Amino acid sequence: MATTKPRLSSFSRNLSAVSSSQTPGVKCGPNGTMFVSSGIADLDKILGGGFPLGSLVMVMEDAEAPHHMLLLRNFMSQGLVHGQPLLYASPSKDPRGFLGTLPSPASLKHDKSRDRESEQEKGLRIAWQYKKYMGENQPNFDSHRDNKQDYCNEFDLRKPLERHYFTRQRVNCVGIQDSKNLAALQEHCASFLAQHQRNDGSCALAGRIAIQSLCAPQCEHSNMDWEMLSFIKSLKGMVRSSNAVVVITFPPSLLSLSSTKRWQHMADTLLSVAAIPDEDKELAKLLSGYQDMVGLLNVHKVARLNTQVPFILEATTFSIKLQKRRFLVLECLNQAPVDGSSGSSYGTSGSCSGSSKAGTLDF
Amino acid sequence: MENQNLNLLDRALGLDGPSEPWPLSGRVVLIEDCVETSGSFVLHQLVKRSLSPTSSNVIIFVAFANPFSHYDRILRKLGCNLVTQRDNKRFIFFDMLMLRCPDVDEGKSSEGGLVLLYEKILKTICGLPGDKKDYVTIMIDDISLVEVAANGGSDYVLDFLHYCHALTSEFDCSLITLNHEDIYSSMERPTLILQMEYLADILIKAEPLSTGLATDVHGQLTVLNKGTSHRLGRSGNKIHNFHYKVKENTVEYFYPGSRV
Repeated sequence: MATTKPRLSSFSRNLSAVSSSQTPGVKCGPNGTMFVSSGIADLDKILGGGFPLGSLVMVMEDAEAPHHMLLLRNFMSQGLVHGQPLLYASPSKDPRGFLGTLPSPASLKHDKSRDRESEQEKGLRIAWQYKKYMGENQPNFDSHRDNKQDYCNEFDLRKPLERHYFTRQRVNCVGIQDSKNLAALQEHCASFLAQHQRNDGSCALAGRIAIQSLCAPQCEHSNMDWEMLSFIKSLKGMVRSSNAVVVITFPPSLLSLSSTKRWQHMADTLLSVAAIPDEDKELAKLLSGYQDMVGLLNVHKVARLNTQVPFILEATTFSIKLQKRRFLVLECLNQAPVDGSSGSSYGTSGSCSGSSKAGTLDF
Repeated sequence: MENQNLNLLDRALGLDGPSEPWPLSGRVVLIEDCVETSGSFVLHQLVKRSLSPTSSNVIIFVAFANPFSHYDRILRKLGCNLVTQRDNKRFIFFDMLMLRCPDVDEGKSSEGGLVLLYEKILKTICGLPGDKKDYVTIMIDDISLVEVAANGGSDYVLDFLHYCHALTSEFDCSLITLNHEDIYSSMERPTLILQMEYLADILIKAEPLSTGLATDVHGQLTVLNKGTSHRLGRSGNKIHNFHYKVKENTVEYFYPGSRV
């Protein structure tokens, strides 16, 4: 088969950046998968596009810091901004109240300042373009700026989401604290997912399910190991044939080691968050930009639907930072410059495995 | 078999010999993996080898982990069309994603579901035409989810596996299962995995390298092939260890440091 390869010009559009014209907030991925955004642009990039529809995302919480809530909020807000129905379950007494804490997309004023910055950066474009030869997908911010329906919005954590987004039709909130077992939640999930069944080819509307702290101690089911596993297994089976994404957060410290491994294996995408001690002089010496870090995010597993090839990341640990105390960004860890006397290498991005100084950052 | 490109895994499993009788007939294979390194690619490779045009194997694939479409897409890239094989009755797919054995409260026991599954497998084998009956491969993906489906009744799962094992001597079929070794490594008495390892004739373990994951080497495979007795005599245990890199349409196996 002799086909001539199209000449790669610097204007070639990266196919995966083209969103599906019918459905806002959904874009095509490899191997017949479709992605929705996690609500955090950096995380979408790290995961190779976003969360695939039909997958189960699990976030392992850290008992010392509520960073998983940052991920959950952005995930939920992104879905609501795109008009994607949401099912939210939480062990709190008033799950609906949580919606008031969801962030809103950044205001236009901020957009303009970003545009100005990118204008200035145009002068540096020549050096920047070398990155495209290193195989990284650099999303073109400018072309997306005009489109109101961005695949991934930038959320301003200081600005609450407007109330009209969470009407009763779009958001269903379920409390899991008082139920005897998970049967009720399973019912809710089943009826929610039934509305998002995947028919061949077409993608009606993507749905999102967010379950917070599934094995929280105040829930009655928290000591029913097999009940919870059974719930996750059937949820996974149901979501696989639907156009929805499920995000479950859970505190692994409350499960046995063996159960934690079972949960980890059931996840398609597995993330964990960790707190950073406030005044750790050792870490401050080790990492640059330590003062701005809010926490750490570790990517353990990336969803592999319809493919057997593992998704190997160059770096698996990222710092969670709040830009201007409003915008969530994830950055690669960079080792702070080490003085020449110790003889260590300088300025390389550290990854969790294989780094000689991984001691304090082991997960 | 001689015409195909045989890789290190094929050789370790004894698939480099004559294809009649099928080297894995009557044998139990256990694939072990962990969160960091998934062993599913080994299962996919075995599906492909079993369904090669030169063999007359029939696969009964009991899937707890992924739907048919997932395996179909993957095997297609490996050069095997599961839809055609399914139509030719060479690939029989049991979708067990939604299987949930009834609770004790409802009056039935967890083992009920597994007994039904075993009966279904047996019925399928007996229903095969005479010439195909001797070449059945039963594949289960994966055992940890069978435990969840049985609400934690490991004893029932073990019984089920023993019954399936009995089929290997009764019908000369092969039994290939996958389980996640790291789930059991923290248990005090990991009965299930120990029994499975004992029953297995071939143990294939996928683990990360001691230095972690890398883009060029996705992990290492350790294959323990317990002694076989065939017409050439008895061969002893053999352990093979090599590295691998998983790609869309193939898996590369190579000894450490010998990557071209």
